[in-house]
Amino acid sequence: MSFVVVQALTGLADAASLFLVAVGLSLVFGVSRIVNFAHGSFYMLGAYAAYSASAAVGGGLLGFVAGAATATAALAGLGLVVEVGLLRRLYAAPELLQLVATFAVVLLVQDLALAVWGPEDLLLPRVPALSEPIIVLGHRLPLYDFVLIALGPLVLAGLWLLLSRTRWGILIRAATEDREMVAALGIDQRWLFTSVFCLGAALAGLGGAIHLPREPANLMMDLGIIAEAFVVVVVGGMGSMAGAYLAAVLIAELRAFGIVLFPEITLVLLFAVMAVILVVRPYGLLGRPDVAGPQPSSFDPHPASAARQGLRLAIVAGLVGLVAVPLFAGGFTLQVMSEIFIFALFAASLQFILGIGGMISFGHAAYFGLGAYGAALAVHHLNASMPLALIAAPLVGGLGALVYGWFCVRLSGVYMAMLTLAFAQITWSVAFQWYDFTGGDNGILGVWPAPWAASPSAFYYLSLAVVTIAIWLLRRISAAPFGFALRAGRDAGDRAEALGVDVRRQRWLAFSVAGAAAATGGGLYAFLKGSVFPDVLAIPMSVDGLVMVLLGGIDRALGPLVGAATFTGLKITISSATDLWRSLLGGIIIAVVLIFPRGILGTVGGQRRGGAK
Amino acid sequence: MITRRDALVLALALNVAALGWPGFAARGEAAEPIRIGELNSYTTFPAFTVPYRNGWQMALDEINAAGGVLGRQIEVVSKDDGGKPADAVTVANELVSRDGAVLLFGTLLSNVGLAVADFAAQRKVPFIAAEPLTDSIVWEKGNAYTFRLRPGTYVQAAMLAEEAARLPAKRWATVAPNYEYGKSAVEAFKTLLSRARPDVEWVGEQWPALNKIDAGATVQALAALQPDAIFNVTFGTDLAKFVREGENRGLFENRVVASMLSGEPDWIDPLGAEAPEGWIVTGYPWYAIETPEHTAFRQAYMQRFQDYPRLGSVVGYTTMKAAAQAIEKAGSTDAEAIVQALRGMSMMSPLGQIEFRSVDQQSTMGTFVGTLTVQEEKPRMVDWRFGDGAAYLPDAAETAKLRASE
Repeated sequence: MSFVVVQALTGLADAASLFLVAVGLSLVFGVSRIVNFAHGSFYMLGAYAAYSASAAVGGGLLGFVAGAATATAALAGLGLVVEVGLLRRLYAAPELLQLVATFAVVLLVQDLALAVWGPEDLLLPRVPALSEPIIVLGHRLPLYDFVLIALGPLVLAGLWLLLSRTRWGILIRAATEDREMVAALGIDQRWLFTSVFCLGAALAGLGGAIHLPREPANLMMDLGIIAEAFVVVVVGGMGSMAGAYLAAVLIAELRAFGIVLFPEITLVLLFAVMAVILVVRPYGLLGRPDVAGPQPSSFDPHPASAARQGLRLAIVAGLVGLVAVPLFAGGFTLQVMSEIFIFALFAASLQFILGIGGMISFGHAAYFGLGAYGAALAVHHLNASMPLALIAAPLVGGLGALVYGWFCVRLSGVYMAMLTLAFAQITWSVAFQWYDFTGGDNGILGVWPAPWAASPSAFYYLSLAVVTIAIWLLRRISAAPFGFALRAGRDAGDRAEALGVDVRRQRWLAFSVAGAAAATGGGLYAFLKGSVFPDVLAIPMSVDGLVMVLLGGIDRALGPLVGAATFTGLKITISSATDLWRSLLGGIIIAVVLIFPRGILGTVGGQRRGGAK
Repeated sequence: MITRRDALVLALALNVAALGWPGFAARGEAAEPIRIGELNSYTTFPAFTVPYRNGWQMALDEINAAGGVLGRQIEVVSKDDGGKPADAVTVANELVSRDGAVLLFGTLLSNVGLAVADFAAQRKVPFIAAEPLTDSIVWEKGNAYTFRLRPGTYVQAAMLAEEAARLPAKRWATVAPNYEYGKSAVEAFKTLLSRARPDVEWVGEQWPALNKIDAGATVQALAALQPDAIFNVTFGTDLAKFVREGENRGLFENRVVASMLSGEPDWIDPLGAEAPEGWIVTGYPWYAIETPEHTAFRQAYMQRFQDYPRLGSVVGYTTMKAAAQAIEKAGSTDAEAIVQALRGMSMMSPLGQIEFRSVDQQSTMGTFVGTLTVQEEKPRMVDWRFGDGAAYLPDAAETAKLRASE
């Protein structure tokens, strides 16, 4: 019994940092609808800043407090820079484009932290005053755990006072409810957004600082916390501070007891619980339906039309050009081009649900990865030939999408995005831990192409053909009545229902088609690389897909192709040339989104129509 | 809607993609120096890979200053593998196809090493895996083109098990990161310790997710098992968190801990004066190894980089030397000749004579086992001894069985 109490107290202490990071994320999202991937980077920088400040003051309790204060202030300042310098310029863009911008910030911060603080973990020297033992029912707990346990509710209360008792708070709440109305009342939204973003960044910085006595500042903190913070925000309910606290406690306790009861499945536990909660309570524990996230109607206002004659010729000419590439390109170039084709299909399938279906997926890698694993497992366990394995890929991925999609399409906006993420993470953990079947993190090796497709040019033609056909099919589907019904459901769900469109079924089928298309690419990817590892299912792969779609232009049919070619081409070229590729890539992405806020093609096309919005 | 301009931009993007690589026509071997390809997780794990890079660069300069091999200089084309197996395959492909590398070396993560090893077998390029710890790279999934330098999980666990068997402790608990390295380390340690001490009782296991240990909760769960001793496999930030919460909660009082790799400066130095005293660890006491070959290496390294060597430095240095010696011995840059030369090749390393066993292409490089303590605010290993890898690796017959699937 005493063990249960002590374990519960430890869980409560663990919840503090998580809550601080998540509540900032939730506030920012509630007001400005920004899905801020860089929030984890703020947390990491908070830890580093606190370390440096504490060392400058000479350590000890005073140093720690000074460090935490400095981190909070410094991150508020950085939040100001990021908001004013970058995000403010993007509010008119499709809402998810800000996600790409914050992704670029993540890349920049990774190199920045390495350059400033060096590669080694920085452990804050023990602060004796904080590690003073307190005896609880015969167990020893450090005093600091009790500080943390108190801090969560204190911050929650402070925020509640700020939001309910100050004019600024009232404006923030009004903006969360209805942004346009606040603007119509003559409130300068821009500074409202800026101040909330600074507050969010400061909270993340404080979250990093208070974690410092328990974890050394290190370069993996950013990506380590961001997924969990999103989980907390969504489980608690977007925009709900009390919900965020509740969810942070729930998740921390879950882990504290999970490691005792199921020590080996802690990886999956978090996401499994989120999936269950979202299925049962679609808007989180304390969330409300009206804060569902980016409004799908902001995507793709123009229905697809069949390509005109002249354009068809241009496309055919382009294909002929691609067919001719192997005549003069070297083997490595051909393999990179094959990889670009594969990612183009991945991005096109994501755009199909995102742009036309209005469904956001943060877990599209699940289907790409299921395809890759489907092909690899067919080869590995069934000795399947390459064509058979390539056919197995879309079957496995499509089936996965059919099952997951059934749950996901019931939700919308960011809630749906997070449920897709949960399923992707569950799939990832299964691939990661099921050693006998998937090879675990050591993957499946020896998935090389059959002799007829082994040469770089043969594989190039194979991928070109498969990808062209698959993308053409996606285009056909979106130009068919099915596609128009899908758009109808996206733009005006109720009206579409009234007209007899089964919107949910439509979305479900579209989700599955996209899954199968992504999986087709995944199958090719397995053979291109010769091996499959759980990475193909992981969050970075999903993020890459989103970045490609948004970079190219979410509402442009060729957007995913341009995005895939730009992103993949740049990444391979730059990372081969310099170790500073992350900041270079991040810088280029920022430049691109600032110059082309509707994506590379979106801006070009938008101007032709005299601006789309 | 697709417009003509969209199509134009796409064509442009693809053209840039196609033309972006200067390697349209492979530069090939016409150039005078011998090209060797190197890849490692420089951006993902800089703490481990930067000292490693220093190591191989020092070796490279020594080799070239001495006239290179086969009368030619050696040029190393080094790239970041991004810490991901799929990206690493692209990089390896670039090194071989475009840069004309006759041999590959490097990698840190086990799965990256495995992916490159498989690529090497497919493309028939010799590959020396420098740092991956997984033993399947030379055993279950070993192939004819892949060699590994660093002692793997099994050897490290075997040395710790030997020490652990001498302790009175009977009730053992384990804590290890939940992935292949942690799993195989625990399995090897349990098997070997139980074999030496059938009276040992395994009272429980903790499997924190890699880099995500809930340290307080894990420490309490371990304490609740009331073990006499703990076998630890966590490293990096997990180790720092585990040690701090363990000290806070008194987990290590009157308990012995046997810990993998925790004597390597690469992992233990961030803990500084808070390194846990009394732990039995495998590691690298660079400050106290006074063999002529190591002293020479350490002096040269410290003089050049104004920093002390980490284990990664030794590994990088030795791998580079092994590559050069193999080409020299082969007498050509032909892949098969290099592979033949590497099999059974013996050479001098800063840690003494090593040999790439012909049975599994694993080097016999050994490691150090000793007790962790703190001297002058720094983690130090005392009472250490060196264990030769040859003495701990399974013998030829047993290894052949492990490699049977080849």
